[in-house]
Amino acid sequence: MIEVKDLWKSFRDTPVLKGVSLTIAAGEAVVIIGRSGGGKSVLLKHLVALLQPDRGQVQIDGTNLCSLNERSLLAVRRKFGMLFQGAALFDSLNVFENVGFVLLREKRYPLDEIRRLVAEALEMVELSGIEDKKPGELSGGMRKRVGLARAIIYRPEILLYDEPTTGLDPIAGARIDGVIRRIWQQLGITSIAVTHDMASAKRISNRILMLHEGVIYADGSTEQILHSVDPIVYSFVNGIPIDPPPTASSTLTI
Amino acid sequence: MAFALGKRLDDTLETLGAVAQLLGESVRSLRYQRPSWSEFVRQLYAVGVKSQSVVITTGAATGMVLCAQTYFQFHKVRLDTATGAVVSVGMASELGPTLAGLMLTARVGASMAAELGTMRVTEQIDALRTLATHPVDHLVVPRLLALTVAAPLLTGEAVLTGIFASYLVGVKLLGIEGAYYVAYVNRYTAASDIAIGLIKATLFGATIALICCYKGLTCPEGAEGVGRATTEAVVAASITILVGNFFLTLLLTQLLG
Repeated sequence: MIEVKDLWKSFRDTPVLKGVSLTIAAGEAVVIIGRSGGGKSVLLKHLVALLQPDRGQVQIDGTNLCSLNERSLLAVRRKFGMLFQGAALFDSLNVFENVGFVLLREKRYPLDEIRRLVAEALEMVELSGIEDKKPGELSGGMRKRVGLARAIIYRPEILLYDEPTTGLDPIAGARIDGVIRRIWQQLGITSIAVTHDMASAKRISNRILMLHEGVIYADGSTEQILHSVDPIVYSFVNGIPIDPPPTASSTLTI
Repeated sequence: MAFALGKRLDDTLETLGAVAQLLGESVRSLRYQRPSWSEFVRQLYAVGVKSQSVVITTGAATGMVLCAQTYFQFHKVRLDTATGAVVSVGMASELGPTLAGLMLTARVGASMAAELGTMRVTEQIDALRTLATHPVDHLVVPRLLALTVAAPLLTGEAVLTGIFASYLVGVKLLGIEGAYYVAYVNRYTAASDIAIGLIKATLFGATIALICCYKGLTCPEGAEGVGRATTEAVVAASITILVGNFFLTLLLTQLLG
């Protein structure tokens, strides 16, 4: 269970999050939508304590991440896997070393077992047999899928996706969405993605939250949000600009 | 003007405090975590083995020019044979560690700051953290250990090369009597001179690693940020070596001289 309570964050006096509160239950597939630069990635990074809030709390299974130091956070972060916007593969390592990074570092399994687990994770993201390649030799879509294999190999409880389809062509985007959905269905991992790609949001979620003006403006099932008649939600979902944008004051529950 | 100076002093003190914190976190890491020996060996190779040509060239060039200049001055007062002693003591306790430190800053420190800075702006350091790995354990400690071990070894190499090169210049080129040259080098180069040089080199190695890793880990966004962090790392480490050398000379000479 993830609970965010009254989260505030500013960068150089510019407020980005203005009191975000939300709850995500285990096993949900949630997508957070919102305009570019609206704080979606900032919110996602708070969930795994890559950023510390100015005010508010992030609780994972009752543990307040904001009260832990970097070393204490390591154990909590073991529950998470994260796919970064640019995949964030380690340049100096090949695909096998990237995907097996945690297992190789912890040395809990023999090398043959790690090889088997890496091959299994790569198969799950439809990229078998590329263990010896370097990240520089891979396309954008392949890099993201390798990043996903790295995130799932140690079976985390929660998977975070930062703009999983950004920078990919529609076919590659649909393919990674398929992989995300299959991982959620097969492994039962709580899935939280941020995106402004509505086609992707529709494919990988069963619940959508809309971040607008620094707060959660709308919260509902995927179908409810996609068919919402609220002007702000409708405008975003259908890509129709409205001017001036109304100011959000409270969460709209659909 | 006074405000700008005050801000600069403030920034410098803040950096020094943050570098001290990084040292503290590295010590904590060494206490609670076994360092990654494979990463340490990889760094030792990158820092130690690959820096040899630069350090040897620097040592040889410095030894030769120091020998020639000392000879030209001493020749006027007929003290030609003392040239070797001046070169040897100067190289062992001052020029060897300082110049090797500066060369390591340029070759290794800049690369460390740029590599970690690029990792930061491409979210690789965030990725490490989400993989339940402390960046200090995985990135800083192996580099700190590698530079702390490699710097005195490379300095020793630079000093020996410098003395040997000065011998060739002094004896073969300028005509100093070889037996006297060697005798004066042996007579005036004390064990304390060598110890002072190696202690300085060890401290300089650790300083370069900490400052350059810190600048890389706190690099601002974008390519410009990486460039700025690399420049700042080289400038800060070089100034720390040059200023620190003076105080270390005073302190270590009192303790060991």
